[in-house]
Amino acid sequence: MSRPNALFAGLVSLFVAMGFTCSAAAVADDAVTVKLTLKDHKFSPAEPAVPAGKPITIEVTNADPTPAEFESKTLRVEKVVVGGGKITLQVRPLTAGRYRFYDEEHENTTEGFLVVN
Amino acid sequence: MLGALIIVFREVIEAGLIVGIVLAVTKGIRHNGRWVALGVAAGVAGASLVAIFAGVIADALEGAGQEIFNAAILGVAVVMLAWHNIWMARHGRELAMEMRTYGEEVKAGSRSLAALAVVVAVAVMREGSEVALFLYGLAASAKDSGFDLLIGSGLGLLAGVAVTAVTFLGLIVIPSRYLFSITSVLITFLAAGLAAQSVVFLQQAGFVTALQDSAWDTSRFLSDTSLIGRVFHTLIGYSDQPSQMQVAVYCVTLGVIFTLSKVFAPHQQPKRPVPVLAE
Repeated sequence: MSRPNALFAGLVSLFVAMGFTCSAAAVADDAVTVKLTLKDHKFSPAEPAVPAGKPITIEVTNADPTPAEFESKTLRVEKVVVGGGKITLQVRPLTAGRYRFYDEEHENTTEGFLVVN
Repeated sequence: MLGALIIVFREVIEAGLIVGIVLAVTKGIRHNGRWVALGVAAGVAGASLVAIFAGVIADALEGAGQEIFNAAILGVAVVMLAWHNIWMARHGRELAMEMRTYGEEVKAGSRSLAALAVVVAVAVMREGSEVALFLYGLAASAKDSGFDLLIGSGLGLLAGVAVTAVTFLGLIVIPSRYLFSITSVLITFLAAGLAAQSVVFLQQAGFVTALQDSAWDTSRFLSDTSLIGRVFHTLIGYSDQPSQMQVAVYCVTLGVIFTLSKVFAPHQQPKRPVPVLAE
């Protein structure tokens, strides 16, 4: 029985190693910050502009009392923001284009675009 | 009512699939139902806690609490699945033979069950906490009455249970001789998919910044938010726009589990083919 236990410990350390060997600084120094507010299930600004090729920090403030999930397929993010709460997330440097984001709970009505120039 | 149904169903597909697979994998092991039920119960309890403390978790660790939490519980699930698979590669045959001979609970078998119960708990907790949050949102926006909400979520939950039943029944029609091999492969891909998902959270927190560009974009052919896309997302970790790091971690996880299962498998084969899990 000692072998599976050793194996188990090995797997745990392997995963931890995999998770952290590729770690880097949490926030890049040249990151651009975008501040979004969710109010009455609308994003403002609805189409924030950011420069291409720079890491982006997005801050979402939820001014509604209901929880939302800030999500974007193309930005590859999904994060719950509780009513009255605020979240921060990091996005990779992007190439020029329009990247759609939305509240997963109201995907068809609560949306915006990150415009990268 | 429809809103609640859709939200609940969308979230329970993944947990439903995983519970179905675990039930099929552990078919024939004593008390497997009890362990799975325990996993579901722990998951529901965990989901309620996560929903209640969603704000606190989000604010923790300089705003990266939600990501670290999600990545960590996904990591736990990956390790449990990997361990189960490698352990079964080593002991699956003897386990089946002993159980067939004595019809008794094998002590070590319950340890593997515990690992899978943790996987069930994690799946239920992840999906359940979002259900709880969104239902709260629906209730607060007061478009639906409480009764409608209850009916809608009940139906959504039933649909999730149906997913479990279909998965389970679909797997157990496979002759038990092949079932072991097939579920091993299934669990390996499941684990790799979960590992790749955890990468997204680490990237979103800014902890992983290497290889962030998309490896491909197949959203036009099969969106991973569609019903079929979601099923494939859970089963093999399908993603329509994965980052290169996700693909790398996916491949490494697959490779590690397959290799270790091979290394730890007993070398001599029994002379007569024996069914691997007891009927």
